[in-house]
Amino acid sequence: MNAIDKRERRDRYAAGVMKYQDMGYWQPDYEPKDTDVIAVFRITPQDGVDPIEAAAAVAGESSTATWTVVWTDRLTACDKYRAKAHRVEPVPGAPDSWFAYIAYDIDLFEPGSIANLTASIIGNVFGFKPLKALRLEDMRLPVAYVKTFDGPPTGIVVERERLDKFGRPLLGATVKPKLGLSGRNYGRVVYEALKGGLDFTKDDENINSQPFMHWRDRFLYCMEAVNRAQAVTGEVKGTYLNVTAATMEDMYERAEFAKSIGSVVVMIDLVIGYTAIQSMSKWARRNDMVLHLHRAGHSTYTRQKSHGVSFRVIAKWMRLAGVDHIHAGTVVGKLEGDPATTKGYYDICREDFLPKRLENGIFFDQSFASLRKTLPVASGGIHAGQMHQLLDLFGDDVVLQFGGGTIGHPMGIQAGATANRVALEAMVLARNEGRDIVHEGPDILAAASRHCTPLRQALDVWKDVTFNYTSTDAPDFVPTASVAG
Amino acid sequence: MRLTQGTFSFLPDLTDEQITAQVQYCIDQGWAVNIEFTDDPHPRNTYWDMWGLPMFDIRDAAGVMTELTACRKVYGDRYIRISGFDASHGWESVRLSFIVNRPANEPGFTLERQESEGRRVLYTTRAYSAQLPEGERYA
Repeated sequence: MNAIDKRERRDRYAAGVMKYQDMGYWQPDYEPKDTDVIAVFRITPQDGVDPIEAAAAVAGESSTATWTVVWTDRLTACDKYRAKAHRVEPVPGAPDSWFAYIAYDIDLFEPGSIANLTASIIGNVFGFKPLKALRLEDMRLPVAYVKTFDGPPTGIVVERERLDKFGRPLLGATVKPKLGLSGRNYGRVVYEALKGGLDFTKDDENINSQPFMHWRDRFLYCMEAVNRAQAVTGEVKGTYLNVTAATMEDMYERAEFAKSIGSVVVMIDLVIGYTAIQSMSKWARRNDMVLHLHRAGHSTYTRQKSHGVSFRVIAKWMRLAGVDHIHAGTVVGKLEGDPATTKGYYDICREDFLPKRLENGIFFDQSFASLRKTLPVASGGIHAGQMHQLLDLFGDDVVLQFGGGTIGHPMGIQAGATANRVALEAMVLARNEGRDIVHEGPDILAAASRHCTPLRQALDVWKDVTFNYTSTDAPDFVPTASVAG
Repeated sequence: MRLTQGTFSFLPDLTDEQITAQVQYCIDQGWAVNIEFTDDPHPRNTYWDMWGLPMFDIRDAAGVMTELTACRKVYGDRYIRISGFDASHGWESVRLSFIVNRPANEPGFTLERQESEGRRVLYTTRAYSAQLPEGERYA
């Protein structure tokens, strides 16, 4: 029996303005159903605004409410459609902000549509005046809703089978400089890197079709490089051809061309939008193509803890929307990434069932109901000397992407690629032999460099490069010691 | 050239002691160990010939090494690889795969180009060794 039923319906629907909590958007005794979508928001109310009223307002504005009572609610099963804030608790160590848990009936959402889901959950509500700031921290997506999405077109297992690469992280590099190379020179970088031992090279997020290099020219030279490298090594190779463009028609044209010249993978940027991502995912599924997503733009709304959307939510949406690769952070590299929080992102991409783990920022149990897995990509300021840390942090199912750490090698791109591949294989071998790679890592690398001059040179050049800055997005909860029972 | 398929091809050829450690790792993970051989090294040659069935129930790497020795006696002039297969739900595929034997001479591949319209090129990778019939390629 919810709160609204306890009062006179005539009073509830009298014309005028009423507190959101009195309109039924706050129901502290509500038990979420297995089929409900649940969202947890970090809310920072304006001074003097009661957190419960703020939570109810978020529930209202992200579901059925407007600022005043409307009689037309009574033409609907409005109790069902109303989102229910049911739990508000203080954020540890942050006196002015609160975690608000809100449940949404599954009928509020169109099946298989990230655009529709997000239009509700992060629609109007983020500009709502009574709140200073609002952040979507996590969502529990019910299996019934997960099953309406196709998910990744390829997935980790099938991608590995297709590439014939098992037992180690994949290796990639982003072509640098990211702007200005001609198609012919660009293909040179691809060829050297793949011949040297990388599995993939990658267009950067802003390489599309510019005056210095038309997209067709890039694609053709890149495929010459890929095929040459395959013949020289006997291994399957790939290069992420970025098909991001102004319109869907342009993107389909570029993707079709990539397919016609034999590419195994195409790439898109997050900035193309959720609907375009889902369209490209369906295209990739129809055409046996691995789909790589570069998360360009995400830090504008994921990085600050007070306002925006956590990347863990973006990662969940993207696994449903259906991308095979997603950049998810490096921890040790040049870009934002707290280790505990980043682990949460990786788990969202790779696990079938994810238990609630507040210390990793995971607020709910989440089942992906056998949806294919997305391969996380670690990219940005990493080098061969960190191989033991990278393997320990991320395990085998990750693409380690060394851009500067390949192309900046003193003896050239091929040497840079070889250094990375040798470092990686040596570390995997040692880990499988039962060695403690976190502590013995530098010794393992030094030993491997004795039969590999490029690795020795890489270790010499980059040995002191680290990026130790305080993270802006660390978990709010720390594990507390407990007695095993 | 050196064929770099498999997990450890950029390292010096593994010793039998190193191979034993990797096999034991597979067994300890609960994976079935499989021995396969081929004389067609094409990167898209998926189905190498199996040396018997995958070893689902073996508990000691020594048993696998005995099989590897026997396989080498017959097919020591070809590529041999060992793989670990994980049958658990959500994976049901290979977890680790590495070359443990290779021909003394690896002639590599030629890349054939067929020019097509609009500067398109159709590429074919062809192993020099595969121009001979199976069984005579690395003799």
